[in-house]
Amino acid sequence: MTNPTSSVATTGSPGSRALGLATLAGLVGLLVLAFVLTEPDVRIHPSTGQEIGQFDAVRLLYLHVPMAVITYVAYSLAAFASAGYLIKRTPWWDVTAHAAAEVGTVFCFLVLVTGSIWGRPVWNTWWEWGDVRLMTTLILFLMFVGYLALRRTAADPRVQARRAAVVALVAIVDLPLVNRSVEWWENRTLHQKSTLGELKIEDLTLFTLMVGFLVFLMVFSWLLLHRFRVGWLTLAAGEHQVAAAIKERRAEADGSGVASAVGETS
Amino acid sequence: MKSLLSEAWLVASKDLRIEARSRVLTNQVAPFAVLVLVLFGFALDADQRTLRMFAPGLFWVAVLLCLLLAVQRSSAVESADDAATGLRMAGLAPAAVFLGKSAAIFVQLLVLELLLTAGIIVFYGSSVKNLFLWLIAGLVTALAVATTGMLYGALASGLGVRETLLPILLLPVLAPVLIGATRAYDDALGAAAVDGWAWTGLLAMFAVVASTLGALAYGALVED
Repeated sequence: MTNPTSSVATTGSPGSRALGLATLAGLVGLLVLAFVLTEPDVRIHPSTGQEIGQFDAVRLLYLHVPMAVITYVAYSLAAFASAGYLIKRTPWWDVTAHAAAEVGTVFCFLVLVTGSIWGRPVWNTWWEWGDVRLMTTLILFLMFVGYLALRRTAADPRVQARRAAVVALVAIVDLPLVNRSVEWWENRTLHQKSTLGELKIEDLTLFTLMVGFLVFLMVFSWLLLHRFRVGWLTLAAGEHQVAAAIKERRAEADGSGVASAVGETS
Repeated sequence: MKSLLSEAWLVASKDLRIEARSRVLTNQVAPFAVLVLVLFGFALDADQRTLRMFAPGLFWVAVLLCLLLAVQRSSAVESADDAATGLRMAGLAPAAVFLGKSAAIFVQLLVLELLLTAGIIVFYGSSVKNLFLWLIAGLVTALAVATTGMLYGALASGLGVRETLLPILLLPVLAPVLIGATRAYDDALGAAAVDGWAWTGLLAMFAVVASTLGALAYGALVED
């Protein structure tokens, strides 16, 4: 796919359909693992003997954490492709950046929603203003909402691409803050440090989490692929319209067209 | 460097002269700033003790709202009669144009900060406990938001939806500045026991990064 004017009737292909089916199967498998096969988080308090823990709410771990990691991947790709566009100035980089940012924003939204749902039973609140990771994630989300708003303007595509690339490169500065916030501001967050990095989880929990990463990577790849193709087709359609308009004007500029334009009747 | 600064001064003095002659700042933006303070008072329906506690945050929200107007105005000045093309054809370095226009917004914000400080003293009963911190935090925050505002003003300039796009693009980026400036003024106004100087240091870092990024990126943004 190197020429934007090449005719493609659909965004689907045998490869993307196979990926889509595998992703669907993976999602079903993940849901079964997360909501049926894994155990809820129940522990016994050493002194009172009462049951404590996150209970069934812990199952959101298998959705929330992989989606957060995919958000990092998507936004990093958007920033990388934006830098690529500013260097190469070719549409491929721009369309890639746009697609990654859009899919990343969907994931970021889902991260905020699942985090909020998880926070209600565990932290006893839907939203915690004092949590640095929550705040930095929200700011990241809002910056990319702005990016997508810029993308929706009717500006010249090259101007829009250049400006969007700068917005993405500024926004990505927030990503390390989101990621490292639990270490840098450990007293200002309800989020725990990385359990994966310190390997505090094991067996089926770890396996399910790994399946979650893989499945959401497949979801991201599938969405990115189709969003990229939509962007590429939009580009091709725009160029086709320009080419058609030029052809039309040239047709108007033949003998009769010129005569009528200067007011002479044939 | 000298040439860059003298060119920036030319641009800044041009913008400030336009503002002085058009009196948009004094006749429209300044009354708007005071109005925002008054509306906060109505909305919170609070006594002066509560308003004093929230005064730093309300102060900086009012500054950010005024910043949006100042940046829109700065872009509008160049859009009218295609003045931006004239500015480009004058052969000025893009970085100088960026720094000059940012400096003009910075000066306007300082005037507004003075006015808003008087406003929170009168309406909310606040008082400046640490004058030096109030001054330095006010200066570096104005610099941070002016340069960031100018950069995003350039991003939104020339687009049909500039007025609505600019707040969406700019305000999330300025959220950390709002937090830092509020904490610094919490200390300067004695509203809360925090280390205002630490936050002022962070604001200064933000201002340096925004100024450098803006000066480097402005040329690429305004090229056609």
